[in-house]
Amino acid sequence: MADAPKLFKVTIDNITIEVEAGTSILQAARKIGGDVAPPAMCYYTRLKGSGGKCRTCLVEVAAGSTADPRPMPKLVASCRTNVMDGMIVKNITSEKVIDARNGVVEFLLINHPLDCPICDQAGECDLQNLSYEHGKEGTRYEFPRRTFEKHDLGPYIQLHMTRCIMCFRCVYTADQLTEKRVHGILDRGDHAEIATYIQKSLDHDFIGNVIDVCPVGALTDKTFRFKNRVWFLKPLDAHRQCSNPKCSGKVTLWNRGEEVFRVTARKDQWGEVEDWICNECRFEKKKTSDWTIEGPTMINRHSVIAQGHYVGVQKPQEVLYDVLDGRKPRLFMDIHSVSQVNEPGRDLSKIEGPAHSTDFIENNK
Amino acid sequence: MGRKLLLEKDGIEGIRFYDVYRREGGYRSVEKVLKSMTPDQVTDEVKKSGLRGRGGAGFPTGMKWSFIAKPEGVPRHLVCNADESEPGTFKDRYLMEFIPHLLIEGLIVSSYALGSNVTYIYIRGEYAWIIDILEQAITEAKNNGWLGKNILGSGFDCEIYVHRGAGAYICGEETALIESLEGKRGNPRIKPPFPAVKGAWDRPTVVNNVETLAAVVPIINISGEEYAKIGVGKSTGTKLISACGNINKSGVYEIDMTISVEEFIFSEEYCGGIANGKRLKACIPGGSSVPILPANLLLKTAKGDTRLMNYESLSDGGFAKGSMMGSGGFIVLDEDQCVVKNTYTFARFYRHESCGQCSPCREGTGWMEKILKNIDTGKGKMSDIDLLWDIQRKIEGNTICPLGDAAAWPVAAAIRHFRDEFEWHVKNPVECLNRNYGLANYAEPLQLATA
Repeated sequence: MADAPKLFKVTIDNITIEVEAGTSILQAARKIGGDVAPPAMCYYTRLKGSGGKCRTCLVEVAAGSTADPRPMPKLVASCRTNVMDGMIVKNITSEKVIDARNGVVEFLLINHPLDCPICDQAGECDLQNLSYEHGKEGTRYEFPRRTFEKHDLGPYIQLHMTRCIMCFRCVYTADQLTEKRVHGILDRGDHAEIATYIQKSLDHDFIGNVIDVCPVGALTDKTFRFKNRVWFLKPLDAHRQCSNPKCSGKVTLWNRGEEVFRVTARKDQWGEVEDWICNECRFEKKKTSDWTIEGPTMINRHSVIAQGHYVGVQKPQEVLYDVLDGRKPRLFMDIHSVSQVNEPGRDLSKIEGPAHSTDFIENNK
Repeated sequence: MGRKLLLEKDGIEGIRFYDVYRREGGYRSVEKVLKSMTPDQVTDEVKKSGLRGRGGAGFPTGMKWSFIAKPEGVPRHLVCNADESEPGTFKDRYLMEFIPHLLIEGLIVSSYALGSNVTYIYIRGEYAWIIDILEQAITEAKNNGWLGKNILGSGFDCEIYVHRGAGAYICGEETALIESLEGKRGNPRIKPPFPAVKGAWDRPTVVNNVETLAAVVPIINISGEEYAKIGVGKSTGTKLISACGNINKSGVYEIDMTISVEEFIFSEEYCGGIANGKRLKACIPGGSSVPILPANLLLKTAKGDTRLMNYESLSDGGFAKGSMMGSGGFIVLDEDQCVVKNTYTFARFYRHESCGQCSPCREGTGWMEKILKNIDTGKGKMSDIDLLWDIQRKIEGNTICPLGDAAAWPVAAAIRHFRDEFEWHVKNPVECLNRNYGLANYAEPLQLATA
């Protein structure tokens, strides 16, 4: 029994779960799943040191542990706070948390361009999802939004800093996946920006992964930009024997018909990459014949991407006639038979001035 | 005349140099500690003294020292935080410029207590001339055997290095300071782990303010118990206050925390009253980030007691009716000062100094600044005041480091106590450009729901 991992009991939103010591509150909440899992914009399980920055995953700790049941004075970042035995956490059951989270979402959005209609990330954007859940329909921000010039980081990646929410994920990715980091943060505060030194290109074999980790449309795939909307594409799991030993070769192809529009790494249900892939797989292999297709990718049915999807779709079996208990839907009737206006028999061009209902009624008589 | 411990000898000619400093009894505490005390005894002495961190938060220093992890074979570090950048605070500058050896002496004693063989002074780059003074003092101390290997034959080695910052306010936050010291971008770290466990280069580290470390010298010299007798309650010892603003005599004063705020502002010994015969409007008693207080709440607490210049009394009444001791940057505003402009200036500072790491502070500080600028220049709306309140509420407590709080508090307090002045600015967009509101709600503070 000595080898058995020490289990901590933690209660999140009144649901108790046992997790190993050293698990973060966020990971414990993800084990419970559903709405209990706090949103995370900057934390990334596979990136060491990430998290704590966006503050969307703030939770209230109502009791620190069994040994020390005092509540924590401030809301804590669940991604960077480890569970203790007997800890009681409030996420969506805490008004304080919801209020703070709404505030954070508002902060993230005040300088975001909200150019979703022309953004390639739309449909698979973490910020979009977060704003649907927590954002307001209007903004209280009445100042010009912060803008930056677009930069090409080498032949494959474009950086559009205006959309960036400074999650630092790409910096960690470059730090941990490539040998030499050539991009980082310049400046500070609200004018801080992700940049390379004098627009140097990013050309490491694995640098393409920064596109996948980016929660917004700040880093986009130049081979895919403006080619298609993600919800028109059909995601397929595929693999190939990649010559790069570090590359898993396991990808998601985004197809329309036989044409491969883009290749991304596979993502889990939390939107995190499962295995990193190399630039060759991502940018160069754009033919179906390059890949062994395993089958359709399972997409959360709430996602907009599921709209064009074809597995597990439940079409309503009844026709409208059944739903309306045998009544005929009036809306589908010929409008002229029920409406007094705009009869085909009346020639509008012969009426002087604008037509009134009386013109038609007289005609009926 | 209050008791002086730190600035007792600041008037002596040549005290900046080793010979005079030593002649005046300098480095006695090092002799005492290295020859007759164990490191734990030094920590106990500091604990007994009740010394609280002089950098702003007021955390008991002895307790902080006792938290330091002592894993086998891992070096520990003491870092002196001389990145004094809080607007209104300039006490450390005075101390380092005129009595640098007091800091060096305090550093040696503290390093001995913490077992730090390599100690750093992280100083803001703008203090360029003080860096030279400190390095000269370190060289003098080294030449006289107070630093280096086997000091006074005790077997204790200690080196002090001066590291200059590059002008970021955020690097005064201890974890950002450590990052900067390591040569990285000065972004605050997420705690835990705390520096006492994993600090500079993942080694146990203690970061203390200049004044805190200097105060260790008199504590050792007169004993912790004796030190604790000075002051009131948990505010023991003496505190340096850097007074500025509309007062007759601005400067650095050493107080023993028993005098009243009224005495401090109006007595000839200290500030000497409000300049040009004007009346007192408000005061920011502890540096730019602590809440501003209107005159009536400044001189008397909410209960009607006289407000004293110490940690407890200044924070009496919570944020609704009190403020904080902070770092001792005492800023006085007379009746002709505009609270809106003052708040805007602070907001501009915090926007500029936000590191940009976490969202509420990065976006919120800029937003507040823009709204305050609008109100200040007569372009504000009534709803902006409530919006400001809401923004500061959503920044406060939700950030990685205390800079978010520091940016939120001045705005909150200004609205809490001077809402009528903000409203006047909105209602009189032309007039507010030409004249100030004058003495705000002097007698009766507005009753407002507070965070």
